[in-house]
Amino acid sequence: MDTIFYITAAVSVFATLMVITRHNPVHALLYLIVSLLSLSVIFYLLGAPFAALLEIIIYAGAIMVLFIFVIMLLNLGKETAKQEKEWLKPRIWVGPAFLSLIVFAELFYLIYTSVPETNSAIQTVDSKMVAVSLFKPYILAVELAAMLLMAGVVGAAHIGQHKKSNLHRFLKETDDL
Amino acid sequence: MNNLLWLIPVLPLLGFLILSLAGKSLSKTSIALIGVGSVSLSALITILIGLNFLNDPPAAGFISQTLYTWIEIGNFKPEITFLLDPLSLVFVFVITFIGALIHVYSAGFMKGDKDYSRFFASMNLFVFSMLVLVLADNLLLLYLGWEGVGLCSYLLIGFWYENPQNGYAARKAFIMTRIGDTAMAIALFMIFSWFASLQISDILLKAPQLFQQGDTTITIIALLLLAGGIGKSAQLPLQNWLPDAMAGPSPVSALIHAATMVTAGVYLIARMNVIFELAPIAQMTVAIIGAATLLIAGFSACTQYDIKRVLAYSTISQIGYMFLALGLGAWTAAIFHFMIHAFFKALLFLAAGAIIETLHHEHNMFKMGGLKNKMPVIFWTFLIGSASLAALPLISAGFYSKDPILWYAWSAEKGNMIFWAIALLGAFITAAYTCRMVIVTFWGSSKTEIGHMPGSLMTTPLLVLAFFSVVAGFIELPHNFGHFTLFSDFLHPVLPEVTMGNETWPEWIFQLMASLATFGGIYISYQLYSKNPALILRLKQSSLATALYQFWFLGWGFDRLYDILFVKPLTYLSNINKNDIVDQIYSGISFISIKLYRLLSYTQSGSLRWYAMGLLLGAIIILTIQIVT
Amino acid sequence: MNTTIPPETVMLLAALLFVLGIAGVIIRKNIIFMLLSVEIMLNSAGLAFIIAGAKWAQPDGQIMFIFILAMAAAEVSIGLALILQIYHQHKSMDIDRLKEMNG
Repeated sequence: MDTIFYITAAVSVFATLMVITRHNPVHALLYLIVSLLSLSVIFYLLGAPFAALLEIIIYAGAIMVLFIFVIMLLNLGKETAKQEKEWLKPRIWVGPAFLSLIVFAELFYLIYTSVPETNSAIQTVDSKMVAVSLFKPYILAVELAAMLLMAGVVGAAHIGQHKKSNLHRFLKETDDL
Repeated sequence: MNNLLWLIPVLPLLGFLILSLAGKSLSKTSIALIGVGSVSLSALITILIGLNFLNDPPAAGFISQTLYTWIEIGNFKPEITFLLDPLSLVFVFVITFIGALIHVYSAGFMKGDKDYSRFFASMNLFVFSMLVLVLADNLLLLYLGWEGVGLCSYLLIGFWYENPQNGYAARKAFIMTRIGDTAMAIALFMIFSWFASLQISDILLKAPQLFQQGDTTITIIALLLLAGGIGKSAQLPLQNWLPDAMAGPSPVSALIHAATMVTAGVYLIARMNVIFELAPIAQMTVAIIGAATLLIAGFSACTQYDIKRVLAYSTISQIGYMFLALGLGAWTAAIFHFMIHAFFKALLFLAAGAIIETLHHEHNMFKMGGLKNKMPVIFWTFLIGSASLAALPLISAGFYSKDPILWYAWSAEKGNMIFWAIALLGAFITAAYTCRMVIVTFWGSSKTEIGHMPGSLMTTPLLVLAFFSVVAGFIELPHNFGHFTLFSDFLHPVLPEVTMGNETWPEWIFQLMASLATFGGIYISYQLYSKNPALILRLKQSSLATALYQFWFLGWGFDRLYDILFVKPLTYLSNINKNDIVDQIYSGISFISIKLYRLLSYTQSGSLRWYAMGLLLGAIIILTIQIVT
Repeated sequence: MNTTIPPETVMLLAALLFVLGIAGVIIRKNIIFMLLSVEIMLNSAGLAFIIAGAKWAQPDGQIMFIFILAMAAAEVSIGLALILQIYHQHKSMDIDRLKEMNG
């Protein structure tokens, strides 16, 4: 069991690393799906089968499809990849990467210096328990999440619509920004 | 009858309120009716109350009427109370009576002016302020009137405000008198801190108990009061606003600068006579200032060519006589001279105004000439006024009022020969410039076309004033003939009698010398300006005479002196501090804030990646704290 | 299916993924990539919740994960709509070209 965890963990870290370094958006997206799938395996290993399923269905399925749609809509292909190559120069990423490394080192230190728990056995939390607690103590939060999703839908519909810009003629810019 | 007292000041106030609020929508006739009517009615009431006062003197020696309590803080309780005693009765009479005559005259004089209602509103307010000043029973109310008078003089001197010169003259008058007003305010503070009251009767009663003769405090108070009086009355250090104040219309000059406002200082000192009697140094200063002023103004008057400026300097000079009398302790003589002076000076100003108006606003008297036959009414009234000013013996009122002052200048306890000599020289000069003015204006050849003659509205007040300029003198006759002392007897309940000291020649010698001085002045002027004009030309060729002429013409260079002493250093200092050092501190603060804001605004770059970087740095800091602690 | 993986190790994995995500947000100029990196960060947060829930054998961790999922869905839909509009108006995906403040 532990071996499977370590392998999937390595896969997810590798895939994530690839996501943030790819030039082509489609490649990055595919790596992200790999990362999500491996995370779903980890969820399953940690005794959360319901979360693992949701990860695959909603994340890797629905959300990533949205991304693909957008990439297709915008027709981001080879040109984007070329541009990304220009943008992603060591001069740009060394600093942030170094800072991120510091954060990780600090997290590492904090996690490993914390007092270890004696009881470290991981137990399965099945979907029934999740469902019971979701619709009993968390019912209000569920309602709120529903409203949030609705707001997301309305907002997306509103922002996404193609409007002819009806600016005043003095405000119209002759050259694009 | 006596309870109508409050109407005397309130009527002009009512006139002012109506005219200033509704003046735009009233016809000229109704404006004149309201403006003249309000003052005339209060003059009428004054005469009625005055007659009542004379026939049936009140037991207390005064009439007082409280309208309401103005302020009430603990013991400090100044009320709006009008108090009429013989001294204020004289002043009220002069103010309302002469004021009414001047208003009648103005109704004709200002006929063509577009700001008819503003003029009468200001005049009414002026009369109101002056009445409050003289009727006040406490110093705070007096100060209210005092400041109101200053304000109105500003409004009226700058009445023709389109000309910046007039605005300048108005500001000059306002600022110069303000210097005196400040001193007076300090005097009031001191009086309040020592007497714990501003009630005039209280102060006069308590002063001899609180202070010894010549105490420093009472001397300072007296000197500060004197400074206030000097400012209003245009005496020596603060005299140079008055000639410039002739920028206003002639009736204004008559009302403010001859009859009433400038005598506020005389009133104040007379009212506070107890304090001045307790401070011999201050009283001596009053006399010295009076003597110096009458001489300086007299010399300046000799050199002016603007007829109104001659009269202005003569006003300063005559008030100098009053101050001299006050300083000598001859209180009643000063007040008597004030009354007579008010009559003839108002007459002279009004007559001069009529001449100027007829000659199309020609002020230069050397361009007048030959008006004797063309304007007989003006000529005769002007002549009577001039005779009074020059103190022509026996027939003019001016003689009877000025002669006692000359006599007291030496014979009074506080007098001496120098005062007398100065006063005599002043009388000589007065006669000289008066005669010069009359000769140049009315004799000789005509130089300016005359316009339409003044109407009866303007000449009637002149005739009335001329009548009083002759007759008013007979109510007080010198000791050696008649010894008829109606006026001083009337005033003695409030004003102490003059203390005689020095043994000198008999009084008739003084009168003879004063008469000789008058005739000498007239003779010299006659020689120079009528009989023998070549003498003038010869005088003009000598450099000393020309220099003196220039010096006197500019009022002894006081304007220049003040310019160098005060205006120049002030502008120099303000030039140094042009950038305002204190302001630099504040602009420095704003400068630093702007710099800091610019610095901070760099963080608001709008670049999302920088914001994310900030988040990361924040995370590092928080985690580091976590680790370190 | 009881594992003996220490929770600290899983936590470490979550931290690593989170740091990678934030690094992605900072180093990329393309908005699409930034949005992807944000998804990675959300995911790592979800992982942290899951492991916490598993450790205490409580369902709350998973419930939090579900909420994160819902939030991510809403966020992605809005974010993608914004990307569309940005691309439409500016003809570019460069986040640096969007700044209109002068700083």
